[in-house]
Amino acid sequence: MKTPFKQTLQAYLFLAPALVLFAVFSFWPVGYGSFLAFTDYSLIKPWHWVGLDNFRTIFNNEMFVTGLKNSLLFLIIVPVIQIGAISLAVLVNNKLPGIKLFRAAFYVPVVTTISVVGIMWGFMFHEQGTLNYVLTQLRLVDKPVGWLSDDSIALFAVMFVTVWRGLGWYMVMYLAGLQSIPAEMQEAAILDGANRWQRFWKITVPMLRPTIMVCSIMSVLAALKAYQEVLVLTQGGPLNSTFTGLYYAYDQGLKHLKLPRGLAASFVVSVICVGIMLLCFRYIKPKHR
Amino acid sequence: MKRGFFSLVGHYLVLCAIGLICIFPFWWTFVTAISTEGNIFAFPPTFWPKAPAFDNFVEAFRVIPIWAFFKNSILITFWTVFWKLLLCSLAAYPLARMRFRGRKLVFGLILATMVMPSEVNFLVNFITVTKLSLVDTYTGVILPNIITAVSILLLKQAFEEVPQDLIDAARVDGADEWTIFWRIVLPLIRPWLATVGILATVEAWNDYIWPFIVMSKPDEFPLSVGVLYLSGTYGSSTRVIAAGTVLTILPMLAVFLSTQRFFMRGMDGAVK
Repeated sequence: MKTPFKQTLQAYLFLAPALVLFAVFSFWPVGYGSFLAFTDYSLIKPWHWVGLDNFRTIFNNEMFVTGLKNSLLFLIIVPVIQIGAISLAVLVNNKLPGIKLFRAAFYVPVVTTISVVGIMWGFMFHEQGTLNYVLTQLRLVDKPVGWLSDDSIALFAVMFVTVWRGLGWYMVMYLAGLQSIPAEMQEAAILDGANRWQRFWKITVPMLRPTIMVCSIMSVLAALKAYQEVLVLTQGGPLNSTFTGLYYAYDQGLKHLKLPRGLAASFVVSVICVGIMLLCFRYIKPKHR
Repeated sequence: MKRGFFSLVGHYLVLCAIGLICIFPFWWTFVTAISTEGNIFAFPPTFWPKAPAFDNFVEAFRVIPIWAFFKNSILITFWTVFWKLLLCSLAAYPLARMRFRGRKLVFGLILATMVMPSEVNFLVNFITVTKLSLVDTYTGVILPNIITAVSILLLKQAFEEVPQDLIDAARVDGADEWTIFWRIVLPLIRPWLATVGILATVEAWNDYIWPFIVMSKPDEFPLSVGVLYLSGTYGSSTRVIAAGTVLTILPMLAVFLSTQRFFMRGMDGAVK
């Protein structure tokens, strides 16, 4: 059956504003940005094609190379967040008194703006801050740690904040997944004499599989693209030790207005992200369906 | 299901420990903001307000234009949410309820934006906004944040739940698509509009990087940007910064705590 032309026209009139905005702010940046990464673009001068020059520059730049390594190192937070979030979701997936309060408490960091997160964790990580106090009291460290001033530790402090912010969000995703598991399955397993541990591994985890896949992919991409927490916590320091791939793009592109370098850096990060996504889809889809 | 007493106590202990890690930074900041005496960074830290008063808040209002920040945040948030609800439902309606050529392609493109590495877009979007002469305008802040695939998907799902009979009846009565959309279908999905609206409110209020890039005049910053400006430029005392921080999060905390169920529902739709 052929769709009448009038109906098609009407549908596109409804869609037009959204499609225009998508085109300008989502698709254009990908295409145009990739193109400009190969030029010496600036906002004021005419630009020229420079081939791979920008990429040569950034790959010879210590800040970018450290940044890219750090972005890859950031991937270690993925299993931490996902396992943490699943455990949290299991812990709050019940009707114990006060459980809603806990769910809310775990979610509060998610609804907090990143600038405030930066300020608050700046307080916590202070040499005379609460974190050092607790750790020295517990005798886990003998002298205060420079969480954000020691170049061998700062990156892990930044990662910790990323985990702290993300946990609640993924918890809610998993909670939704858990609540869609039919209660009869758990009950049947109990009748068959399965203990908690067995029920978790034989029912919960397999049933959560689609959610785990989606969340893990999102988490991998988010980790590779992390830069906002760097901006509000350390601005790349100390000694450039907390640079990430995208933070370099921000730092060069907007702070120092060297747009081509910034664009080249974000191009590299995008290519890594797209590559990982393609790999994921290729290896996950068949089992999924 | 029976559970041992100790298992239950253990359960709550774990919940409390994690809850403490999530909440403590907020509590410490709050205590610092309303205390007017004692050392801020000291061993042992202060866990309870000392000589509580609002002096720090008064000081925060004095050193930075917090009222202006508030006004700017409200403006940006209101218009982002307004246009988002309007334009995303306009886009979601035909995807859910109309047959037209290229529907699969359009839907595919919208889904594609979800997997594109969008965080890297800020450099080109900055160029675009500059070329459109929208730097230092709220239009520049708002425009790129209006349309998101997640909002469209949620609203599409909402439109799909509207009974077909209702739409057919309206068509028989001679209503055109616009009337059906505006008069019949849109009012029916109000709960979903509320969900999308609340999620979008928090997102717009909390957006930091983009307004920070687009706006350059301190008087025109939203709170999220202004509060970091407070800690950077003025080198203000920690207590005043803490007071500004409390003022920044309080509105969204109130929104979140009073509308918690919407957050759970929003996520529910996003997973499907």
